[in-house]
This record gives sequence, structure tokens and C-alpha cells, in this order.
Amino acid sequence: MGQRTVIPFGPQHPVLPEPVHLDLIIEDEKVIEAIPQLGFVHRGLEKLVQKKDYTAFVAVTERICGICSFGHSLGYSQTIEVLMSIEVPRRAEFLRVIWHELSRVHSHLLWLGLLADGFGYENLFMQCWRLRERVLDIFEATTGGRVILSACNVGGVNQDIFDEDLRGIVRVLDGMRGEFGELSKTFFRDRSVQNRLGGVGYLSKEEAQDLCIVGPFARASGVEEDIRSYGYGGYSALASFEPITSKRGDGYARCEVRAREVLQSMDIIAELVDKIPDTPLMTSVKGAPGADSIAVSRLEQPRGECFYYAKGNGTKYLERFRIRTPTSQNIAGMTKTLQGCDLADVPLNVLTIDPCISCTER
Amino acid sequence: MSATAKSPWIIHYDASSCNGCDIEVLACLTPLYDVERFGIINTGNPKHADIFLVTGSVNERNGSVLQQIYSQMPEPKVVIACGVCACTGGIFRECYNTLGGIDKAIPVDVYAPGCAVRPEAIIDAVVVGLGVLEQKRVSLASGTLEEASLPSRLTAADKMVADQTVRASALAETIG
Repeated sequence: MGQRTVIPFGPQHPVLPEPVHLDLIIEDEKVIEAIPQLGFVHRGLEKLVQKKDYTAFVAVTERICGICSFGHSLGYSQTIEVLMSIEVPRRAEFLRVIWHELSRVHSHLLWLGLLADGFGYENLFMQCWRLRERVLDIFEATTGGRVILSACNVGGVNQDIFDEDLRGIVRVLDGMRGEFGELSKTFFRDRSVQNRLGGVGYLSKEEAQDLCIVGPFARASGVEEDIRSYGYGGYSALASFEPITSKRGDGYARCEVRAREVLQSMDIIAELVDKIPDTPLMTSVKGAPGADSIAVSRLEQPRGECFYYAKGNGTKYLERFRIRTPTSQNIAGMTKTLQGCDLADVPLNVLTIDPCISCTER
Repeated sequence: MSATAKSPWIIHYDASSCNGCDIEVLACLTPLYDVERFGIINTGNPKHADIFLVTGSVNERNGSVLQQIYSQMPEPKVVIACGVCACTGGIFRECYNTLGGIDKAIPVDVYAPGCAVRPEAIIDAVVVGLGVLEQKRVSLASGTLEEASLPSRLTAADKMVADQTVRASALAETIG
């Protein structure tokens, strides 16, 4: 038995775009245990609900995380709509899903790029990010922002996308399919990628269920759980929805699930563009959430299930707002996969769960 | 113009940003904006870096990390605050765990506003920063560059190292 050593990993590390600290207890080259330390990005924005009224708080929720920004404003708006029994116009629901699925495409492409960078495939990283810029161009054309969209609001959406522009979006996405197919070929057929990802960070289905893992991380271990299949909002209009799963449970499976979800999101957008109804975009919102009213809602973020809770107190300011983010669940799985892995696999292991520290710490 | 200002190496650290500015910093390095064609290279090692790009605001926990990275960078060095949170604290200014802009922890040379900061603004700020870098290089050569004193309101960098050593030895004890 070798001597045990503690190696600090992070908060500043080339592979991490975000700060997280891990104390890695290693013996020879094997990691025995990984102890995560968080708090570098904690801002305390849940408490801001007491300083900003419930309509102004949408802007804050968008800035919980710059990658899933639209998802958070959507989740918050959904929760307030349940809290105050607001009916959202049908077209607004469709537009929300279209923007949300576009966010998923850009988030997964971003992650595929970071993963390629993580195993040293610089060219693939650049190609993924080049493709991702097309989605950002759509965002910029439809909302004016590349990252923070400010499109979703309590009661509906702020902007419309005209029907011809919607068809233009589908054409752009169709154009992306071919190029994304080329990239997928490299991810799935290149032997170096397979060797680097195969077997890295294995998590079984039972472990994933025990640790309540969510999102693509869980689906890569064979857990068929996707909140979109319950058909909230615009998803109810889909003819069918099947969660994408894989049984392998390793880093390669997580890559595969996310790559296939990109194509699935493109299909969803194309289907909704065909079916979009013509209704107003906003329900006017009056009054305030009632005293002691409580609402919860769920949402499938690019990283998994996100859970929102809001409590009103009869004024324009909420009593309490709480989010349970996907990464806060998945960190448990990450430390599990790190046990027994090689020290050289640690960065890749951390990457494959797609951690979003900014969401987790808020 | 010196070689440093012709090919500056940057280091990026996310203080407590929402990721929005971070992905824009990365977008600068990828094909659409591609600053690498100007010789700007992203590095993970503070000891190799000339320009420090910081996104997000300072809180109790990351101030010392910022000071640590800053003090590891060799002179001359330039700090750029990317995004409105790094400049002033932005929308999170009123949060209980936000102390304000990064100038509360380290001296800042260029402020790049925006929420999220646009890649064009970052590139512009880096170009302005190159001028500052050149000035600092000249005054370093002539021996007139004053070493910046880091505010002690936050935990000093060496105290953080001490803390980490204590923590590592405590961990080592628990694992035997």
C-alpha cells in the first residue's frame, strides 16, 4: 500500500471554466476519495426576492447562470404563473419551448467542445464552438442578446418571432445538421476519442438512482427520466417524446446522449414551428401572490431536472424562492465516479457530468 | 512595441460570475472572433500570463483566490474587469455575499462593461490593456514601477496558503 497524499484541484484550473475545489486523496496514482468544496460563486441571490418585486426578479433569475439563462427565467415564470393561477397564451408557450430547446443545442455544443478540449482535441473544440455561434446568431436576431435573452416574462414572452423567421430558424438548424453529423462522426468513430472516454467514470443504473442523479448524466446510465416527457407547456403539443438513454454508463455514453439530444432538440423545434398557433403573447399580470400561497414547478434544463419553489406573502415581494439545480444533485455522482479513478482521469471525470457551479451556488 | 505587447498571454478566472461573461471570454478565443490570430493565447498558468481577465464580483471566499492568482503573475501585468459584475457588482450588488467589483480585492487597469460583456468589448479592453502593459514595462525597466499593495480587508494570499496547509494536514491526519 502506497502513501496517501492530498492533492488540491482547483479552484483555478485550466480545464475548469468555473471555480470548484476538490481535495483529492490519492494513493499511488489512484484517487481514494474526492472531497468537493464549494462557495466560490455564491452570491446569495435567492434572498434578493425580498428586495426586488416578483416581476423585476425575472431579470435576476436569468443571471443565475449564463448558459441556462433562458431556462431559469422560464422556470421562475412558470412557478409564479402557478402561484397566481395565470393562464399563458399558447403561442407564448410554444415560443418559450423553441428558445429553451435552442439553449439546449447551444449548451450541449458548448459542452461537447469543452469535452474535446479536456482530452486535448483542440480542433474539435474549435469546430463545436464555431457551430454553436449559429445558435447565438439566432438568439441575437430574435432577442438582441447573445447570452442573456430577456425574452421570457411572467405571463408570457416579451418578443414575438414572426412565422417567416421561425421557418428561417428551422432552415439554419437543418443546415447545422450536416455539419453536426460530421462532428458526431469524429466523436463516435475516432479511435482516440473512444479510447479516452470509454470506461471513464462508470456509474451503474442502481448507483445513479440511489444518488438521485438527473439529466443526461442519469440517462447515460440507463435511467429513463426526462421532465419533458410529462409534457409541460408547449411540450404537450409534441406527437411523441422519448428520452434518449444509453446503457454504458461511462463518459462515452454521456457524450453520445448529449450529441443525440442536440438532434432531438432540432426535431422538437421543427415540429413546434409547424404547429405554432396565432394567439397574443402576454397575459397581463395584476395583483400580487396571495399570503401563504406556495407553488412548485419542474423543468428539464440542459443539465437535468431543475426544481423551483416560491412562497408568497400577499405583497409584491415573495417570501421565499428556492431552486434545486441539476448539478447540486450530480456532484454526489461525480464524487462517486472519482473514487478509484486515475489521477489523470480526474479532469475528464469532472467534465463529463457537465457541472454548472454557478447554478448550484447561486 | 515590445514582444510582450505583441503577443500577450491571458489567464481567465471566474470570480462569482454567472458564466455569461465566461462563455463570452471563451467565445473570443474560438473561430468567430479568434483572437489567437493576434498572438493572444489563453493559458491556465498565472506564471505565464500577462493579462488577467476576471469575470464576476468578489465575495468572501474568492477574494483571496483572486489575490493569490494576481500575486503569482510576473510584472508587468494588467487586470481587466470583464462585465458589469466585475466592474461594480452589477445586478448582484445588493446580495448579502457580494462585496462589489473586483477592485475591492486587486487593482484594476481596464473596465469592460456589459451584461453579458460582448466579445467585441473584451477585445477592445485587451487592446487598451496592451497600452497599459507597455507603459508598465517601460517603468519596470527604469525601476519606477510601484508594486501594488493588495487591500488587507480580505484574507491575505499567504494566509490562504497557510489555511490550505492546515487543512491538508488535518485531512492527512483523518485518513491516517
